[in-house]
Amino acid sequence: MIDLSRITANQIRDAIAGGVFTAREMADAALSRIDALDGDVHAFNQVTPELAYEAAARVDAAVASGAQVPPLAGVPVAFKDNMNLIGTRTTCSSRILQDYESVYDCTAARRLLDAGALPVGKCNMDEFAFGSSTENSAFGPTRNPWGLDRVPGGSSGGSAAAVAAGMATIALGSDTGGSIRQPGSLTGTVALKPTYGRVSRYGCVAFASSLDQIGPFARSVADAALALEVIAGADPMDATSVKRPVEEYTAMLGEGISGLRVGLATDLLDSEGCSDEVRTAIRQAAETFAALGAEVGEVELPTAAHALSAYYIIGPAEASSNLARFDGIRYGHRAQGAKDVSELYMRSRTEGFGPESLRRIMLGTYALSVGYYDAYYGQAQRARTLIKRDFADAFTSYDVLLTPTSPTVAFAIGEKSDDLVAMYLSDVYTIPVNLAGNCAISVPAGLSAKEGLPIGLQIIGDHFAEATVLRAAAAFEAATGFDPVPPLVREERLGVYLACAKRARPGGGAR
Amino acid sequence: MAISDEDVRHIGRLARLSLTEDQVEWLGHDLNSILDHIGTIQQLELSGVEPTAHALDVVNSTRDDVVRPGLDRDAALRNAPAEEGGAFVIPRIVGGGDDA
Repeated sequence: MIDLSRITANQIRDAIAGGVFTAREMADAALSRIDALDGDVHAFNQVTPELAYEAAARVDAAVASGAQVPPLAGVPVAFKDNMNLIGTRTTCSSRILQDYESVYDCTAARRLLDAGALPVGKCNMDEFAFGSSTENSAFGPTRNPWGLDRVPGGSSGGSAAAVAAGMATIALGSDTGGSIRQPGSLTGTVALKPTYGRVSRYGCVAFASSLDQIGPFARSVADAALALEVIAGADPMDATSVKRPVEEYTAMLGEGISGLRVGLATDLLDSEGCSDEVRTAIRQAAETFAALGAEVGEVELPTAAHALSAYYIIGPAEASSNLARFDGIRYGHRAQGAKDVSELYMRSRTEGFGPESLRRIMLGTYALSVGYYDAYYGQAQRARTLIKRDFADAFTSYDVLLTPTSPTVAFAIGEKSDDLVAMYLSDVYTIPVNLAGNCAISVPAGLSAKEGLPIGLQIIGDHFAEATVLRAAAAFEAATGFDPVPPLVREERLGVYLACAKRARPGGGAR
Repeated sequence: MAISDEDVRHIGRLARLSLTEDQVEWLGHDLNSILDHIGTIQQLELSGVEPTAHALDVVNSTRDDVVRPGLDRDAALRNAPAEEGGAFVIPRIVGGGDDA
């Protein structure tokens, strides 16, 4: 039997190439695991067996004909539900798009499939990626496989949970202020936000176009590196994708980190919102880097303290513009009985958007409105310049920077839903990276002592320094020996898990 | 600089949202609580600092000006809430309603 929670992408490809099992058997295994677990986890908005079996048939035919076996042959992959893929709905977990059928393919998703991957489904998210817990989904929350009463983080919480629970080997998410890295941290997965422009955004429904970036979730750094190798690179359909050669990230993973200059961001670490156990784990991580031969120093990023404010102006401003396209005319929900086109716009939008979308649209519209534009949007853009400079300065002395990914471990479902600012603070360490456009990875740094929940280390790199960040993450991963499989879903405990989960399922299975 | 209910209604109209009184109330409350937090950015002394709209130093990126296929009409209309004769159907814009 294939242990889906532990097998890596390379192992799957090699086993299929060597005839150990077929891609069809891999599809069977992934889909039956989704069948067994997803009633409780709710990582998926849509499961796509037809697409998975079609892709598996192509892989098996290629193997039978003796053709070259592609790098992700037979690897089960899942996509955040803001990525278009023909044959699937793309809902953004919003009522306004709940029946939307994709009419073209997202480039990053297409590249994974062209490399032989099997698409098993579309993953739950905070509506339009507005959130840090996946509780803002119109289709109900996703639960964290490390504790079913916990959030998986967000907004790409479904993608993170799918990988953590072994329902997919690789999943794609999108990261505007931490929406890949923070759920990666909370679910003990490896989660990479590439440099802005490294991966095409074509076909990913836009939230904030100057910040959005697609990246992978995996259970190992090697799989994340492999996924990036496949999805990165210029795309004529996205003018912001960068024409710069894609490096062989996987080939450089084992080079070690002797002499690597590592800066521990002490001012961020000592900020009051950070929990003691997270702070301790990150300090220990810095010691691990020193023990591996890195030159570890301390660095400060003083303007990062203003990043949250700048982000909650720039992000909503861009979102309010991007979401203007949802007007009930060409696609999406249309209000019934409107007497003129203006009423049609207004009622379709108000009926279709959930509370957090309304909040962000209103905030962004306010920040861009006459009389407030310079005080908010202009000021935020100038603050963004200082944040960018802080990182540029830090990278003259260091190759990578270390911070926590999230100030806390996974919080309980419902715990922060009534405190907006507390929820927003969940991304305080990830947001500055998006504003500066840098790349960063979240890699597991152990479990909290009290609750046994994952803690994430964020490793930040300069623009286009993905190879360095991945190499540092690989060295750290090898040194810590973290087991990325949540105890609840380890094969030997699946039966117990299912029985317990059914008894303890909080709030019922809202789907 | 608190946002009033009237401000919320005005922003709502700008954003093409038809808000109920209940929505005006909770959105006003939430916007004020968010602005209390992020308004600190106004205290930063930033005169003379250039704004950043894009994180990378890239110039305009253009493709060769050659014809290439776009989305075909059937695909473009696939999700239309109302469609007729290869076009989107919308309510009357001029000459019928109160705006006439």
